[in-house]
Amino acid sequence: MKQGIGVKIWRWSIIAVVGLYLLVPLYAMFDFSTKPYGFENAGRSLRAWKVIGSQESLLEAVTRSLITAAIVMAVILFLVVPTAIWVQLKLPLLRRPFELLCLIPLAIPAIVIVVGIAPLYRWISINVSESPITLAGVYSMLILPYTYRSLSAALDSVDIHTLAEAATTLGAGISRVIFGIIMPTIKTGIINGSFIAIALVLGEFTISNILNFKTFQVVIAQIGRTDGQVAVAVSVASLLFVLVLLLLIPNKKRQGAVLDVDVA
Amino acid sequence: MTQLQYKGTGSATGRTGSRYWRSKSAYLGAIPFLLFTGVFLLYPTWNVMSGAFKDNYGVSSTVELKAVFNSPIAREAFGNSLEISIKTAIVGAILGGLFAWSIASGKQGGVFYKVSVALSSVLAQFGGVMLVFAFLATFGFNGLVLTFATKFLPTTFLADASWLYSMNGLAVLYTFFQIPLMVLVFLPTLENLQPQWREASDALGGKFYEYWLRIGIPILTPSFAGAALLLFVNSFSAYATASVLINLADFLTPLQIATALTSETGGSNPAEAKVLSFFMVIVVIIAMTLYALLRRNVSKWEQRR
Repeated sequence: MKQGIGVKIWRWSIIAVVGLYLLVPLYAMFDFSTKPYGFENAGRSLRAWKVIGSQESLLEAVTRSLITAAIVMAVILFLVVPTAIWVQLKLPLLRRPFELLCLIPLAIPAIVIVVGIAPLYRWISINVSESPITLAGVYSMLILPYTYRSLSAALDSVDIHTLAEAATTLGAGISRVIFGIIMPTIKTGIINGSFIAIALVLGEFTISNILNFKTFQVVIAQIGRTDGQVAVAVSVASLLFVLVLLLLIPNKKRQGAVLDVDVA
Repeated sequence: MTQLQYKGTGSATGRTGSRYWRSKSAYLGAIPFLLFTGVFLLYPTWNVMSGAFKDNYGVSSTVELKAVFNSPIAREAFGNSLEISIKTAIVGAILGGLFAWSIASGKQGGVFYKVSVALSSVLAQFGGVMLVFAFLATFGFNGLVLTFATKFLPTTFLADASWLYSMNGLAVLYTFFQIPLMVLVFLPTLENLQPQWREASDALGGKFYEYWLRIGIPILTPSFAGAALLLFVNSFSAYATASVLINLADFLTPLQIATALTSETGGSNPAEAKVLSFFMVIVVIIAMTLYALLRRNVSKWEQRR
């Protein structure tokens, strides 16, 4: 389809305006993070970038967030996915209720879940321990609609009934059918779901902040109060990291799934 | 989608299908998941919904509900929340929609396409702490624009960053993550527009604007409105950005909820938090229902890929 000159001008002015809106603040972050420190007046400085590694609270927070992400992924792999397959295979009557259950979090903003979970969270941290498990539980609920969507799309595109019956005929047990036969065939859907989990956990602020749990974002905000440049440098670094990750694994389907994630 | 399910021997209705798959004990397999969602999803939801009709001692009453409903502070915050969500949904949908069109009308799979999509998926998640940093680095004290203005411009009206802390400033920040979200939601729709429609219009002598006015826009309107509703919900539920930018403020409902929940000065009032949450959920449910209704019309043509 040939584009007239007028259309081209339109297109490029839109790209220029929106591009500036989105890119200038990002550039400004980089600019800010390399500003000379204190009253030194000599050119650019990489000080903020160099001290990232020595921020202990930050490293702890990253570890904590990654552990939380790992728990969330485990919940997806060993609970949500098998249940989705199970329901699809054996409990057709539960298919609609299951879908509805998975979509509930869409109607419940993160801040509302915090209000609901706060008493339980307090109880668990007093009586059991202050482990990231509660937080991971809430997170896996938050991403449930997106996990469900990518899973059900994947499950719809494969005839899992035939697969399951063929496998059973050949002597596979039910766990073999779910984990060994069906899960590998819907790998893309599962990877999508896990990717969303990591993105959510690393970017989540609302819940962990109110529950006073020092995750990545909460600690960046804290550092920001004492040393803005370091906090900004960390932000730029993590942005670049995710962007490179996305560009390195070019997969249209996966990107489509990531995009749905709610910004809370 | 549903037809595919009939291809196998299992069935969506549960009546046919191979017999040995069906037994009552199969329902046991759903129990772990039910327990988990029960604790982390249904319990909190129930807690909030029922809590809205109780006072702080667990006695059922509508006093708190009425108090919040009639409180001028809560009303103003709710109005502010609605206002900023509607504004940023509309602006974000328009700018994001146009940007999505610019991406879609370029070469698919080209570098620009790939980078834009990847960047959008990163930036749609960008709300909160980092977003505030980015705008403070741009407009704040010692920021990019201020440095630039004091160096090259005769006036320093840009040097005043206080607008950033107003409702309009917050709206500028919200729009920053609304645009990429719109790109992500709307781009697939644009890519599903059949090239034949365009060709037919061209062959019949239709001009660029005629194609959009008579074919493109009417066909895209439901998807566009649906996407705008998602954007509305997105900013209506947003908490992080505002709370990082303006500490200790409660001019938006999510901020008021957090204050009511965590207030350290002894003013903590969980019942109020629940009532406010209850009202929020009602708004979100209305928006999501409208969205589902719109999608139903859209999916007819959009889903044949």
